Amino acid sequence: MAHVRSLFKFGRMATLGAALVIAMLGWFAPAAQAEYADIVINNYADAAGMRPAVFPHWFHRIRFRCKVCHADLGFQFKAGGNKINMAKIIEGKFCGACHNGEVAWSVENCDMCHSGIPGTPTHFHGSTVQRLVAPPYKGLDDSKKLNK
Amino acid sequence: MKYKTTYLSAAVGALVTSLAALLSPPSTAVAAESDGPTFVAQGKMLVADVAGVNTFNRNLKKDKMKNAPPPEDGIHDPENTGTHILQAPLEAFTGLPTTEFGNYVDWVKALDEGKLNPRWERTDPTAEPFVMDLDIVRPVKASVPDVVFPHRQHTLWLACSNCHPAIFIPQKGANQISMSAILLGQKCGVCHGKVSFPPTTKSCKKCHSKPKPEDWKPPLSEATLKNPWK
Repeated sequence: MAHVRSLFKFGRMATLGAALVIAMLGWFAPAAQAEYADIVINNYADAAGMRPAVFPHWFHRIRFRCKVCHADLGFQFKAGGNKINMAKIIEGKFCGACHNGEVAWSVENCDMCHSGIPGTPTHFHGSTVQRLVAPPYKGLDDSKKLNK
Repeated sequence: MKYKTTYLSAAVGALVTSLAALLSPPSTAVAAESDGPTFVAQGKMLVADVAGVNTFNRNLKKDKMKNAPPPEDGIHDPENTGTHILQAPLEAFTGLPTTEFGNYVDWVKALDEGKLNPRWERTDPTAEPFVMDLDIVRPVKASVPDVVFPHRQHTLWLACSNCHPAIFIPQKGANQISMSAILLGQKCGVCHGKVSFPPTTKSCKKCHSKPKPEDWKPPLSEATLKNPWK
């Protein structure tokens, strides 16, 4: 009789364990796996019917030191903080200092930069701020409430 | 007596619901999590992959896939033709020294070993950076090792004006720095935790590198010092 009871206990433990694992999977489910320090810039793109621009830091830092863009070209240390638009780029400011067909590809290659998933908000991918800041507390669903 | 029973029934109720939540079929558990966060962009990605309570510490979470190519990375649109022309990070990182965090590339070591030589001037490949070799020791109140800030590694990449005086006042004792400020993107966190190596449990010692002196004791708080009964 004792071994039957222990078997039953084991079964319960297994169910609990499985349920826990599944709940954990729920937490870790859909996460973008983009490269650390990729920036999505969507100040104006979505509203203008373009895909948001994606700026890969890694690609640029292989070729240029931080100082070139952040001191010489005036890029602020803030995602979306530079209010870049196509007019400024064509004038040779910000990205346009290099993306002019001389140092790097020119503005005709729209979809090389404007390659983000539509609707992605401006953000710094993989930053600690993005990882740590929790969304506002929404409370329990009606289905989970004790006294309906 | 009445209050006691209310408390008891509430406690039992809470226990029952938590057990029910644990034992509920998998589909409901997953569904309840996935409809949690408010900022799902067209149902395709989460900007902050947080769902409920107790997911701390999210900085400990490992990436499922290191250095994913653009079409599979979750922020580039695979339906966009340009996405498939872009260079994949792994292809560019071959031969570079590795680390356990960030891009999984040790960028400073790559410069020191001569594996990389990014331009210091936009159009002049021969321009050399103005490197300043000066270490600043910052004593830390807590029992972790003190911080040594090396100017050399920073001036290899940056100009003085990038940090001084807007982020750090160039004067001893003028800057208040805390880990919470850094994690929230202030001070060192303007870069560390965004582009340069992030503060994780594996990278503490990169900054906190000077062991405390043998006779070190934790400093007493203001309250303790002012306590007349002491």
